[in-house]
Amino acid sequence: MKAETVREQSVSESSAKPADDMGQAGETVFQAGTSKHSQEKAVRSGKNSRHAGNGRARSGLYALYRKEMADHLHSGRFLIVLALIILTSYASLYGAVSNLSDAVAADSDYIFLKLFTLSGSTIPSFTTFIALLGPFVGLTLGFDAINSERSEGTLNRLISQPIYRDAVINGKFLAGATIILVMVLSMGLFIGAVGILKTGIPPTAEEVGRAAVFLLFTAVYICFWLSLSILFSVLCRHAATSAMLGIGLWIFFALFMSLVASIAAGALYPINDTATVGRVLDNYECQTMINRLSPYYLYSEAVSTIMDPSVRTTNLVLPQQLSGAITGYLSLGQSVLLVWPHLTGLAALTAVMFAGSYIGFMRREVRSR
Amino acid sequence: MDVTERSPGIEADTAAMADAVVKAPFSQTDAMADETGKTLSGQKPAAAGEGASDRAAASDLTDASGRRPIIHTEGLTKKYGSKVAVSDLNLDIYPGEIFGLLGPNGAGKTTTTLMLLGLSEPTSGKAWIDGKDCTREPIAVKRIVGYLPDNVGFYGDMTGRENLRFTGRLNGLPDDLIEKRIDELLDKVGMTEAADQKTGTYSRGMRQRLGVADVLMKDPKVVIMDEPTLGIDPEGMRELMELIRRLAADDGRTILISSHQLYQIQQICDRVGLFVEGSLVACGKIDELARSMQQEGVSILETAAFPDDAGFRELLQSLGNVESVERTGDFYVVRSRYDVKRELLRRSLDAGYTLSLIRQRENDLDEIYRRYFEEAGEEHEGGDGKRAKRFGIFGKAGR
Repeated sequence: MKAETVREQSVSESSAKPADDMGQAGETVFQAGTSKHSQEKAVRSGKNSRHAGNGRARSGLYALYRKEMADHLHSGRFLIVLALIILTSYASLYGAVSNLSDAVAADSDYIFLKLFTLSGSTIPSFTTFIALLGPFVGLTLGFDAINSERSEGTLNRLISQPIYRDAVINGKFLAGATIILVMVLSMGLFIGAVGILKTGIPPTAEEVGRAAVFLLFTAVYICFWLSLSILFSVLCRHAATSAMLGIGLWIFFALFMSLVASIAAGALYPINDTATVGRVLDNYECQTMINRLSPYYLYSEAVSTIMDPSVRTTNLVLPQQLSGAITGYLSLGQSVLLVWPHLTGLAALTAVMFAGSYIGFMRREVRSR
Repeated sequence: MDVTERSPGIEADTAAMADAVVKAPFSQTDAMADETGKTLSGQKPAAAGEGASDRAAASDLTDASGRRPIIHTEGLTKKYGSKVAVSDLNLDIYPGEIFGLLGPNGAGKTTTTLMLLGLSEPTSGKAWIDGKDCTREPIAVKRIVGYLPDNVGFYGDMTGRENLRFTGRLNGLPDDLIEKRIDELLDKVGMTEAADQKTGTYSRGMRQRLGVADVLMKDPKVVIMDEPTLGIDPEGMRELMELIRRLAADDGRTILISSHQLYQIQQICDRVGLFVEGSLVACGKIDELARSMQQEGVSILETAAFPDDAGFRELLQSLGNVESVERTGDFYVVRSRYDVKRELLRRSLDAGYTLSLIRQRENDLDEIYRRYFEEAGEEHEGGDGKRAKRFGIFGKAGR
């Protein structure tokens, strides 16, 4: 209110011309009555400032978001990714269903979850597939987010519009994240629906809850890769370079991280014939900790915990520690508690990538191509 | 601002009042910028802090004839490492003017325009557009400044119309206004037929014209164009020049064109600034520059004679104070310290030559440009006292 009075004073006394940035706050002032002269001027410059201030910047973000969504939905790339995901979902579902009767004979609880986690004789389970292919989806959606704008010569046109620069990154990330969310949810529904049709057993509320948490995890996991690829697209001049970097990291995390972890752990806590139990434990813990730096491992560990209620801990437990424990399933809440650090870790990694993109993009000078 | 039209929005927009806290200093300066507002400077509210006083300095720049520059820079400097891209630029551009920023590639023209748009941060110095600090309030500046980048790009899988619509939305314009303006602008730039084709299929000239429409979507007060004439055929160029001229003449927009194509710029610019290696070496109306050059004793004569043999060249060279003689096509270009027409007429008659062409070159930007380059070049090699003073800035920048 204080600001309003200040404005009233200055403007009404001077019959000032309205500047374009005065925005809605300025409108009140003009109600208070101004000279005809200033109104005339206002009609011309005021046309632009209908949605001024924050509202305008927000509408910029919205416009970008809309455009990015439309781009994604119309692009052939998106269709390819979608086809790939549907194909793998179907394949893994096929594998799971064909092995379901054997698995149910062994353990008849949580049949619905088994649709996601059970692997066929040759086909990996759905969760494994997603852990492997999720990064691909994220990378595909974001690897050329900024640098293609630059090479097309649209970036400098874009940032010379009255929008905050971070709106460009935000818009792209939000659009990508929405696509991911929609894709992941529809995948989950697809598997669930086909599974129910196939098995004829309706899921319990807890199973649905677990599946929902799993899908949320998947979305966050893929969003991490999206933000990583956006970071690369800010840093690299060419789309090809950023794609290569992204794919390189993907393969490294999925295939080589465990190797690196075991080598590092072996070097730090070597296990030989005279190794004590403590040394073996240290070695294993070190290995797990290094592995957990990898989003791939984080995700896999978290998902296997969520989707399997019999998993009671993600760390090493000695038989002595388990003495007196009653075998049974964890409740959903307890399982979520167990993987909470994983979720925060993934979200934090995403935030770090995002911050990197911000810093890289904000300070960058954008010239024509 | 139409009161009846605006009043319904006010209740819904109370949240925007929070903005006013931030914007209070802005409006204060805008008020001061207005002629009646000048009396207010004594009652500056406490809220208007440092930012306002900065801008007050910028808005008090009314020149002798009472005009206030819409673009104003003070000691604007940009360094990339040890390389100086723009050096201590002081520039005033007035409303409704077409200003040409001329210079060879890499002279710092684009860097200057980027700094004006707040897309690049100056190493030192400041720039204001319409009283708004280009570095601190880039959003407010971008709201009134349209920028047509060098080699403008569009989203190739969207049609021209869709591209314009997107720009309109980025500017937060209401949908009905966007559609109306798109139709107007497409008509203005003559792109109505191609509007629903994908921009990926456009030729360069079409892209450039769509670029002009795109810039005008936000109804800017100031239009900055970076090399708008590059790579356009003569007919397209003529149309573009006409369009640009109309923007200033009919709509009263201020236009800043950066270019190295002197000839086109000469046709439409009110004033030009010559850029050499990051420094503005000359600035003013083209005929003023030409006059000041002649005062410095430069005269350029085009001449041809019959018979056209080597003797005529020798004759030209033997004229008093001739600095150089060059053969260009069918005629010679003679540069001299002062007018040699009389001497040439007399001597050629004596030597038995019939002059078929004799023409004094004037108001030619090419010549002005070349001349300033030469002077700047001499400056590098030491230069005499007078020039060193005049192009002192340049010397600093170069060495």
